[in-house]
Amino acid sequence: MHDESQTPRLVLKGISKRFQSVVANDHVGFSVAPGQVHALLGENGAGKSTLVKIIYGVLQADEGQILWNGHEVSINSPKRARELGIGMVFQHFSLFQAMTVLENIALGIDDAPDLKELAERIIAVSRKYGLPLDPTREIHTLSVGERQRVEIVRCLLQNPKLLIMDEPTSVLTPQEVGRLFVTLRQLSQEGCSILYISHKLQEIKELCHHATVLRGGRVVGECDPAIETARGMAQLMIGTELKQLVRRAGTITDEPRLIVSNLSLRSDQPFGVDLKGISFQVGAGEIFGIAGVAGNGQNELTEALAGEVVLHSPSTIRLDGKPIAHLNAEQRRMQGLCSVPEERNGHASVGDMTLAENTLLSARNRMGLTFKGFIRKGDARAFARQVIEDFGVKAPGPGSNAATLSGGNLQKFIVGREVLQSPEVLVIAQPTWGVDAGAAAAIHQALFKLAQSGAAIVVVSQDLDELLVVTDRLAVINGGTLSPALATADATIEQIGLLMGGLHGLDQVDGTARRESRDAV
Amino acid sequence: MPFKVEPRAETSRAVVYATPVLAVLLTVISGYFLFLLLGLSPAKTLYHFLVSPTLSFYGWSELCVKAGPLVLIATGLAIGFRANVWNIGAEGQLTLGAIAAGGVALAFWNDSGLWILPLMCLAGILGGMIYAAIPAFLKTRFDVSEILTSLMLTYVATLGLGILVYGPWRDPQGYNFPQTRMFSDSALLPLILDGTRMHVGILVTLFVAVAAWILMTRAVIGFQVKVVGQAPLAARFGGFSGKRTVWLSFLLSGGASGLAGTFEAAGPVGQLVPHLTPGYGFTAIIVAFLGRLHPLGIIAAGFLMAISYNGGEIAQVEDRLPQAATGVFQGMLLFYLLACDFLSRYRLRRAARREVTPS
Amino acid sequence: MIGESVVNISAAVISASTPLLFAATGELVVERSGVLNLGVEGMMLMGAVTGFAATISTGSATLGILAAALAGAALALVFAVLTLTLMANQVATGLALTIFGIGLSALLGAGFVGQPVPALPKLAIPGLSSLPVVGPVLLGQDGLVYLSVALTAATAWFLKKTRTGMMLRAIGESAESAHSLGLPVLRVRYLATLFGGAAAGLGGAFLSLSYTPMWMEGMTSGRGWIALALVVFGSWRPWRVLAGAYLFGGVTILQLHAQGIIDLPAQVFSMLPYLATIAVLTVISSGHWRGRLTAPADLGKPFRPSV
Repeated sequence: MHDESQTPRLVLKGISKRFQSVVANDHVGFSVAPGQVHALLGENGAGKSTLVKIIYGVLQADEGQILWNGHEVSINSPKRARELGIGMVFQHFSLFQAMTVLENIALGIDDAPDLKELAERIIAVSRKYGLPLDPTREIHTLSVGERQRVEIVRCLLQNPKLLIMDEPTSVLTPQEVGRLFVTLRQLSQEGCSILYISHKLQEIKELCHHATVLRGGRVVGECDPAIETARGMAQLMIGTELKQLVRRAGTITDEPRLIVSNLSLRSDQPFGVDLKGISFQVGAGEIFGIAGVAGNGQNELTEALAGEVVLHSPSTIRLDGKPIAHLNAEQRRMQGLCSVPEERNGHASVGDMTLAENTLLSARNRMGLTFKGFIRKGDARAFARQVIEDFGVKAPGPGSNAATLSGGNLQKFIVGREVLQSPEVLVIAQPTWGVDAGAAAAIHQALFKLAQSGAAIVVVSQDLDELLVVTDRLAVINGGTLSPALATADATIEQIGLLMGGLHGLDQVDGTARRESRDAV
Repeated sequence: MPFKVEPRAETSRAVVYATPVLAVLLTVISGYFLFLLLGLSPAKTLYHFLVSPTLSFYGWSELCVKAGPLVLIATGLAIGFRANVWNIGAEGQLTLGAIAAGGVALAFWNDSGLWILPLMCLAGILGGMIYAAIPAFLKTRFDVSEILTSLMLTYVATLGLGILVYGPWRDPQGYNFPQTRMFSDSALLPLILDGTRMHVGILVTLFVAVAAWILMTRAVIGFQVKVVGQAPLAARFGGFSGKRTVWLSFLLSGGASGLAGTFEAAGPVGQLVPHLTPGYGFTAIIVAFLGRLHPLGIIAAGFLMAISYNGGEIAQVEDRLPQAATGVFQGMLLFYLLACDFLSRYRLRRAARREVTPS
Repeated sequence: MIGESVVNISAAVISASTPLLFAATGELVVERSGVLNLGVEGMMLMGAVTGFAATISTGSATLGILAAALAGAALALVFAVLTLTLMANQVATGLALTIFGIGLSALLGAGFVGQPVPALPKLAIPGLSSLPVVGPVLLGQDGLVYLSVALTAATAWFLKKTRTGMMLRAIGESAESAHSLGLPVLRVRYLATLFGGAAAGLGGAFLSLSYTPMWMEGMTSGRGWIALALVVFGSWRPWRVLAGAYLFGGVTILQLHAQGIIDLPAQVFSMLPYLATIAVLTVISSGHWRGRLTAPADLGKPFRPSV
């Protein structure tokens, strides 16, 4: 257990950091005791990532002090941080797909020992903490959860006294989250402090001893998660009264608008996932969710539905009865199917082009922005302006480059661009990933309104909380196959988690238990 | 580092226009020192190199004659470059165009009529297009690097021209020199200005440049090309086919290059010879970049390159400047341009002093 | 009689392959680190002219070879500064390098055209070199030939067995990840690029000092581009690249001999190496080639350290 009478492991005092005009951290201060699991709570854009990057030496603060075990230190590089005993598992992994677990770990360790010895140590350490790894496997063969293990073991091999975890559970199934917590508790008991960054209140209540809440770059509160309610923490995080999302039941007819039958597709990417026999239906006014952790075929499925990848047999996908699977994205739009890809920069929009030009990307035909092969620049500008106004996009105007918008605003623009085209069917992937709560609420509200008008919506998301709030029915994608659909109101997290988990090569011990419970389900 | 590098939020218009000028300036300064090292009198040589070609009306007409093919080819290439399609084989497509046009000219050598010249142009365009279709096919079907294939084909084309000019197409009255007959009057481009070598092809080139400008800025195809080049995934999302864009780029630039080859053969040269151009297909690449892939900029850049060619010739005679210096100049210009380009995309800022002092 | 021809032809093939081997091995290392340097032709020519000029001026072939390597590396340095520090487009910069190298080498070499230079001495290993067939073919070549093979072996060992080699491979896979791990991305890429330049320079020097001991404008005739194709052909693996280089050396010699035998214009045969390059690239890229290694994932992408 952690002992607060000892010298704190880490103390931050008055840490400030500015990026051009944006204040990312504003006089942030808190302290972490030895062995304590300390949550850093805040929604997207609150300044959590910047803060931990400062602690890990990737960035340097403009003002403030850092105290390590009571002494003031200057952490000017990750190497220095590691020397002090700080380890960090980033949200985006630093892994090399085509290389082995052993090589990946060797590259991330200072003063790496002989490779054979390292391999033995990897096996020992990974097993000790319940995260078994096979050093000879190549990264691209591992699931996302297994890849995170590589990152964690890489840190653990350097005997950290403080382990920073940045949003670790967004890529894990509920069962994997449980296993991670066991590991973290073990570390905590051994005296290693853990700085746990997240916006997931239930997890923080379950795992953490203490929480510091960030909002707008400032510390707005501290609490004991065991005592404080989830709602209380949420209000600290968001700041205003939680708005209840309004979902008026639309008319859900029996006639399905979108029918996907036995969709199978071999991936053309070197490390892609093949889709196998995916089937589902979505009715008018219905929001259908597809849950699953990244790397199970979501991208491939979204591409196939949107028309970015074209299929051989046209009736694999039917829109209002019409076969469209052989049509490309623009042709599908003309039939009434619009889409929002997962990646907003470079896929859903072109960063170096203006918002007006970006409307041409998907709306040029459906909204009549062209004439005999020539662009109607005035009309494009007007449409962009309408999107900006209707969806509250904070941007100087239709002439600003897409890359200058913040994540939340760009996402609002992109969703708005599609919604204003009044599609019959909308396929949207990760609608609110990396987006602040205000923008997320606006986007969800827009989806509700669209559904109410009779459209069928497919939402592909890693965020279970989002799916539980937004969808009417959902299915789980795992390893390229889709589970049967469940009514969202009846589904439990346990159930969905098991479907998300599936079987992976390293989980031999759990494998049998999983298989049994899957059959039971 | 005392300076911090920051990406610019928006590409500054002023800088984008200023960087080619800066690059030219740096090249001229380097040229000064280059001539000095070569043991020439630098100021005098620079004068002959850069200024002399512009001093007379005839000089300007000669610049137009040289700039014409460069601008025509570069206009076609620029469309492809915007889409990240690298047609390096313009020299080969130019050659094939010349061969096709020359073939028509020689076939109807005894005939006359207004139809011969347009037929030659058509043949030239088709010849260039067909030759450009090879790398396009290999790229879209097999994902073979178009840079390597189009380049390899230039060597093949030059050798092919050699076979024809040394062999079956050799002028029987040519004293065994490797050249074809001089084209008949019907197969030569009419001049637009007597006393100069300026031919109709130059007007066509101007027209093509303007048409390309309209296409790139106002047509959906222009938008398509830009999206494919900047964000291939967004292009797919927008319903633009990357493969179609590859074909479009190669066919357009191949056709333009083929036409340029036709104009050279039917214009200043008047026949087919083993070395039809001093490497216009490659210089056009520099012209395209120097002109910022913009048809109007390409015209300006084309003239600049023409000056380097004609000035080089003048300086060769007047100052004994080696012929290879022109190539060095052109290469240096491209280097400086790429280096100055950095300033249009990034900004140097003084790094803020850190307040946190180490213990 | 036939035995003698076989020996002569084999020796010729080895000789023809060596410049390709140097340039391709160098470029392989560069590309494995994630950098695409198309300027090989320019660097080879600079190596050729510098090696030639230095050998004539100093009378020492060793100094000439050294100068050639330095010249190639110098040109590569320009490329590195433009693409790695100033983050210019790698394709355009590589083309600029080629155009500049062709021009500069022509300029520097103008005074040396037509001058003779003694060919590099063949290294004779006492006793072994006089073995029939094997002797002159494998053991009677000049120093650069052995160096080229040694370079291949060293590269293979470096990439697979050393930590720096592992770092280089990682940087070619994902510079972003490598950077966040604290690996010196730019330094490794700089060194790799310089190595590629030096190797290309050596390839050029072999051309002007051994293969055809003379200097002529543009004497590489596209070998730099063929070397680039060889890297793809060899799936970015050193020993496969060696096999490709010798294959192409064979094609070159074959076409030279065929010119005398078959009655077709000489140009038809001269086309063979270029057509063969296209054919080989097509076969490799179309995926029918088993054991094909995909290109380094980050090849050609500029590295912008995001903070």
